[in-house]
Amino acid sequence: MTTTHSTTRGASTDAPRGAATDVAPPSYPKRRPGRFWTMARRDALTGYLFITPQLVGVLVFVLIPVGLAIYYSLNDWNIFTGELSFVGGENYAALLDDPQLPTVLGATAIFSGGVVMLNIALGLALAVMLNRRFRGVTLFRTMFFSPVVVSVVAWTLVWGFLLQDNGGINGLLAQFGVVGPNWLQEGPTAMTAVVITQVIRSVGINMVLFLSALQGVPGELYEAARIDGARNSTMFTRITLPLISPTLLLTAIITIVGALQAFAQIAVLTEGGPGLSTTVLVYYVFQQAFEFNHIGYGSTLALMLLTFVMLLTVLQWQLRRKWVFYED
Amino acid sequence: MNTATKLVSLAALATSIAVATAGCGASPEAPVATTAPPNSVELRMTVWTSNEDQLALFDTIAEEYKADHPEIKSITFESLPFPDYNTTLTTQIAGGNSPDLAWMGDLSRDLIASDALVPLTDRLTETKGWDYDDLLGSVTSEFTADDELYAYPFSNSPFALYVNESLLAAAGQSLDTSDLTWDQVSAVGSAVNAATGKGGFVIRDFNYSSWNTLATVWTGWGASAWNKDGTKCTFDSDEMVDAFQFLHDAIYVDASMPGPGTTADFFAGDSAFTIAQVSRAALLDGSFEYDVYPLPDGPEGEYSVLGQAGVGVLESSAHVQEATDFLAFLTNPENAAKLAQFFPPPRKSLLTGEKLAENNTKLTADQLEAVVIDQLPDAVTLPNHTSPAEISQKAKTALDAMWTPDADVKAVLSSVCTAIDPLLAT
Repeated sequence: MTTTHSTTRGASTDAPRGAATDVAPPSYPKRRPGRFWTMARRDALTGYLFITPQLVGVLVFVLIPVGLAIYYSLNDWNIFTGELSFVGGENYAALLDDPQLPTVLGATAIFSGGVVMLNIALGLALAVMLNRRFRGVTLFRTMFFSPVVVSVVAWTLVWGFLLQDNGGINGLLAQFGVVGPNWLQEGPTAMTAVVITQVIRSVGINMVLFLSALQGVPGELYEAARIDGARNSTMFTRITLPLISPTLLLTAIITIVGALQAFAQIAVLTEGGPGLSTTVLVYYVFQQAFEFNHIGYGSTLALMLLTFVMLLTVLQWQLRRKWVFYED
Repeated sequence: MNTATKLVSLAALATSIAVATAGCGASPEAPVATTAPPNSVELRMTVWTSNEDQLALFDTIAEEYKADHPEIKSITFESLPFPDYNTTLTTQIAGGNSPDLAWMGDLSRDLIASDALVPLTDRLTETKGWDYDDLLGSVTSEFTADDELYAYPFSNSPFALYVNESLLAAAGQSLDTSDLTWDQVSAVGSAVNAATGKGGFVIRDFNYSSWNTLATVWTGWGASAWNKDGTKCTFDSDEMVDAFQFLHDAIYVDASMPGPGTTADFFAGDSAFTIAQVSRAALLDGSFEYDVYPLPDGPEGEYSVLGQAGVGVLESSAHVQEATDFLAFLTNPENAAKLAQFFPPPRKSLLTGEKLAENNTKLTADQLEAVVIDQLPDAVTLPNHTSPAEISQKAKTALDAMWTPDADVKAVLSSVCTAIDPLLAT
């Protein structure tokens, strides 16, 4: 039986590229009466055993918490007394009456948009610059990637000191005769500071992903383009970008999701201020649920955030057909 | 079980409940001895200190208690980080992992309003030798509701004015301590800043975020955050406008107070003055000459402000009786005297300059008499209310607009009331 199976697989492996759909599905021997552990069942069991750890993780850390969040969003919970009272859709109606929510959503959009655009643009630019051989290239790659492995809280604390009115950044600017702003105390500069701090810390991941994608682009395509007289910019837009578009999609998804989850940077650097200018949705969820003890409303906000993330991911996934190039 | 038996059982149950209810409503009973089997009770108390000496003292007191109480298996003191203390404590309560006893600061009103704390008055009054009348009235009010004490105010630390005499001398300045006013502090602070580049006066822990610490200033103008019963915001009062105008001018006109985003630590020698609790004297390391005075007079004259912490028993504890009994032991006169080496006590018998100075190497008996003993009887506490975190955040969000040079002080303070009035009214 095993021989038959592996022979079938071997046949499909040897098939020419693009002909995968012509290969017949694996054929299993006919089930003998009375024998439960057929080859198909064994294969299925093996598959399930492989995914069980992940499934347990998803169940315990995703599905059950989401289910609980839905449950709490329909209730009002006095955590001091433990009383849980059903309020139906009141917490959802409160979303419409919350005067702070529009400002919070606006700050979330500005923060996420800023982080995503800067992160992808800078990551790609760094990858293009470092995708060539020159002395010290490994040092530069390490330098740009190293913030990724630094604890986000430690990273943010250091930046908090640097961005003080009498901190290192303004001290440096003063050397050039420039009076720096009070970065974290004024709305626009506080948001700018938070975005840049986040981008510098996380751009290394995108840089490495883009580097990997760029090194997969066949060199002969560029040679052919040069022979045809193409300029560098044309080669970048006509060859490089289309061929790394799957990586662009991947980085866009993980950067958007990461930006929507940013919490420690806000909590440590600005505590959402000044005013509500840097209060992003995740931080607002934390405040409502764990500082103000509005577990029900906090859960409702968390579900709204989950919906946003899912919608954005599905949207990008759908749009991939329009702009992502797959060789297959 | 047939119907007749069920009815009899029901009647018996109803009778038991009626008897128990009547018992609860009757006059206070004498403390009942625990019925817990030996070595069966594990008590846990959450604290926000990580000071090893303080924790060692708690452990010593707990060991003494255990020696006479065989039912106690262990008493642990769980040290939680101060910035997250309230969040961690409420999460523990919500998660069914409530401690038996807990330190509390501004969370006390929420805990009392939710009936989450065990009433203590009867229990402490009836404990032999506890001497309930020894407690100073002004320090128990924060933890009292309907004449019932819900937490023992173990730490009562008035705010005082610390002066860096070395920095003043370096700037050629001196203080007229016979008439110490905020105007004088601001003027000297401004001169020190101009001469040395160091900060003038710093309200410690304010950091342009914890606005409740500004009560150490605005009380001198006769202002308060809300009315006495806590139902209406009074940030927009004329007194408060004047107090904030003083602070705004100190920052943006006189440069006598470091502005937002500027770090100046008095205890590192970065400023001429700081307003901080007396317990912060431990941070003085002798690197400069210093002195300490009661808060400067405001337009309304003398005043004093107090920062407090209490310890209470949570109703959600599985061992309410044993936890309450341990609290009575922890806070009896002998142990209160031991705790006084770290925390200004609430007991009149322990409140003398000499006694406080026995355990304080930074301040003299006279200084302690002036900044602690004389201040406690009439001190007001920092603003406290139910939903403290939400009120604090909403007011901070509105107050952020104050910290710009061209802020409209009155308009900003009105916006604070707009933000917090709905919370005060509930």
